Amino acid sequence: MQTLTNRAKQVDRRPMTFMEKLYLPAILKGMGITLSHIFKKKATVNYPEEKRPFSPVFRGLHILNRDEEGRERCTACGLCAVACPAEAITMEAAERLPGEEHLYREEKYAARYEINMLRCIFCGFCEEACPKQAIYMSETFAPANYQRKGFIYGKEDLLIPDPKHPITVKK
Amino acid sequence: MAEEKKLFKVKIDNITVEVEPGTTILNAARKIGGEVVPPAMCYYSKLQGSGGKCRTCLVKVTKGSEADPRPMPKLVASCRTTVMDGMEVANITSPEVQDARKGIVEFLLLNHPLDCPVCDQAGECDLQDLSYEHGVSATRYEFKRRTFDKIDIGDHIKLHMTRCILCYRCVFTADQLTNKREHGVLNRGEASEIGTYIQQSLDNDFIGNVIDVCPVGALTDRTARFKNRVWFLKPVDAHRNCDKCCGKTVLWMRGDEVFRVTARKDKYGEVEEFICDTCRFDKKSAADWVIEGPRAISRHSVISQGHYVGVHKPHETIAKVMDGRSPKLLMDIHSISEVNQPAVDLSKIDGPAHSNDFPKNNSVQ
Repeated sequence: MQTLTNRAKQVDRRPMTFMEKLYLPAILKGMGITLSHIFKKKATVNYPEEKRPFSPVFRGLHILNRDEEGRERCTACGLCAVACPAEAITMEAAERLPGEEHLYREEKYAARYEINMLRCIFCGFCEEACPKQAIYMSETFAPANYQRKGFIYGKEDLLIPDPKHPITVKK
Repeated sequence: MAEEKKLFKVKIDNITVEVEPGTTILNAARKIGGEVVPPAMCYYSKLQGSGGKCRTCLVKVTKGSEADPRPMPKLVASCRTTVMDGMEVANITSPEVQDARKGIVEFLLLNHPLDCPVCDQAGECDLQDLSYEHGVSATRYEFKRRTFDKIDIGDHIKLHMTRCILCYRCVFTADQLTNKREHGVLNRGEASEIGTYIQQSLDNDFIGNVIDVCPVGALTDRTARFKNRVWFLKPVDAHRNCDKCCGKTVLWMRGDEVFRVTARKDKYGEVEEFICDTCRFDKKSAADWVIEGPRAISRHSVISQGHYVGVHKPHETIAKVMDGRSPKLLMDIHSISEVNQPAVDLSKIDGPAHSNDFPKNNSVQ
């Protein structure tokens, strides 16, 4: 029969030799391998205390960015939502009123912006599609939650805090 | 019957077509169809006298006619040049034409703000398509672009002069469709701007059609302003009994909400029949319309994104294997999601939505 790979090994069905029947040398050999691993570098880290560094290209939890003056960059153009293969992003746009210029960068902004993290596959297409450098993927992942409704991320979850107007957390 | 008219034989990109004398090269190319049709930003077959402004439709006439076979010395605007018997025209086969068109696009975009993420026309904009196909990716223009203030002309139309490419289509529309000219071009040269003299409001039943004829986002529908992007809405053909117009329109819907009503446009972006302002601005309820079915959208258009056609839905088996019990719904998205809430009916708001149209929540501003 034609083998798929050249790594296939024929099973050895010969009766065991005397040395093999003793078992003890094989056990000792195995213990030796185990012992040697104690002195080797560990493959794991003690996770909550110790964290591995993320790669600079890691695609993690989304953030909505602000510009230098603390105004929201997103104009609700919908390109992230149309690029999203999982259809996780939805939004509703509104027009900026006179007097809201310090809040929103453009005349149109996202009044509602939601990412369904249950749907998101973290492909990064939204970040790539954004013409306003408004959405970025950060170097952290979406935290676990007990309920599904905790995974619908609104603007309050995504928007980075305004450096000029620090928010007070009440919850 | 009168004697048969002599037809002119024209060769466009080596494709021969026979057309009546007096036809323009552009219309002869449209008779062939497909890729040989030159793009047009200002020419509009339903508007008399349109064309000749934007120069996008430039073609090379390699042979003037059977009688005078000399080529025309310069590239000609195909929307204004009539055919001659035996004429030979090169459009996509001529690198000179392609190069000239690239230059034209650069000129059209000189003063264009490129605010497509904000503009409501994005996705169905002729200039966007044109520059995507023929333009270069960067501009060489280093000077300040001309800017104008946004004007509300009438209650329903928003004029954003900064985006205008001065195609004069709206002027011809106002001239020919309405009985009083209320819309024109003020000033000259780079300072020329479309306007209504001294902010005169446009109270005419058909003035809304200037929105449809506008190839860019200079004239947009205020009732649909910023409501939704065209590619998130589902266009459906609909009609209603209207005493002013044909009543045949396209509704741009999300669920049962009608966000926008436009006339039906053909593949050249020209409306099939003009519609009146009552149909366009006032009938924003699905109950006003008889819906015929989804509108056919080119597969290559961004509007067709996310439109799942011909989907075969798999048979629901869970109820069968669970003795008739339906699966437990673990989360109703509408109980959490703030988008598309029944309390906020965006399509019913007269103008664009503002921050006070959305109920306050615990979100940061």
